[in-house]
Amino acid sequence: SYRVSSDGKPAKFQPPPKPVITDKQKGREERRFLSPEFIPPRGRTDPLKFYIERKDMIQRRKVFNIPEFYVGHILAVTTADPHASEKMTRFVGICTQRGGKGLGATFVLRNVIEDQGVEICYELYNPRIQAIEVLKLEKRLDDNLMYLRDALPEYSTFDVNMKPVSRLDHEEVPVNKLQVRMKPKPWSKRWERPKYNIKGIKFELPEGKMKAAQKWSQPWLEFDMLREYDTSKIEEKIWKEVSEELRK
Amino acid sequence: SITGACRAIQKLTRVRVVDNSALGNTPYHRPPKCIHVYNKTGVGKVGDTILLAIKGEKKKALIVGHKMPGPPMTPRFDSNNVVLIEDNGNPVGTRIKTPIPHILQQRGEFSKVLAIGRNFV
Repeated sequence: SYRVSSDGKPAKFQPPPKPVITDKQKGREERRFLSPEFIPPRGRTDPLKFYIERKDMIQRRKVFNIPEFYVGHILAVTTADPHASEKMTRFVGICTQRGGKGLGATFVLRNVIEDQGVEICYELYNPRIQAIEVLKLEKRLDDNLMYLRDALPEYSTFDVNMKPVSRLDHEEVPVNKLQVRMKPKPWSKRWERPKYNIKGIKFELPEGKMKAAQKWSQPWLEFDMLREYDTSKIEEKIWKEVSEELRK
Repeated sequence: SITGACRAIQKLTRVRVVDNSALGNTPYHRPPKCIHVYNKTGVGKVGDTILLAIKGEKKKALIVGHKMPGPPMTPRFDSNNVVLIEDNGNPVGTRIKTPIPHILQQRGEFSKVLAIGRNFV
């Protein structure tokens, strides 16, 4: 046994090795998320205008917490409505698009209630919004989920009393690679065409139609240099500015 | 053949009757269509009255939701919804299952219609 050494005498007590506690979260880089409405659009406006807008946006964020969310998340928004009988209205839905820059940034939530599809376009910085909760985190394969209007209603129905799904890791946002099945054609837009570049639909169209849709592809757009808008440096500057202000 | 989707409600739009009245729910070989909008412009939005042609009869109706995107913070529905109404403003049906926007509560003339509504968006 370990207590007795090779010459028969009892060995000195060796304490067990101390457990090394590694804080994995400290070692990893802090994940940055800059909301897309902070990035100014390309144009000839004075950057002072964007700076003043950003100051106002940061002030609003200090008072009211706007969580990090992407297209495909399921959110619950409570709004103060002067016309409603109870002054607060709560709407749960999947975020289908995020648009607008600066203070006019909007996001559209979609849900199917009693077999009726409803979409509401909320403004992020509207003072009427009382609370935004993220119920489920998942990114989808596309930026724009407008095709859910032509998909089977089961893909847009979400339970209104759904409980928030707890988040495991503080690092990755899971990507849902769901391929959505569509209602029979005609659709509101021809989603099979390459201009929409949709990866999240399971096209059950015949091969001939898919090939015919590729006729409208514009492969030269990828190489067009005038359309490029590199936002990496702008993002870095704005991220530093915003994170400093929010820490104060 | 089906024409492209119309977004707000004007003359000759096919609408969907949303209450549980007999007129609205019995099947007919022609869908209910709008024949007149009681508005300065001929375009009907939420809260406007229209004249509907259903089953060979003329009936007034109230627009409860349309496909056209409205001002932000208001709901946009996937179908043009309508509630049948008498000339004095009383609703014909007794229940409205589909969600109704809150903006209608602002105008006092629709209080009887809102009283039969169940869900509000």
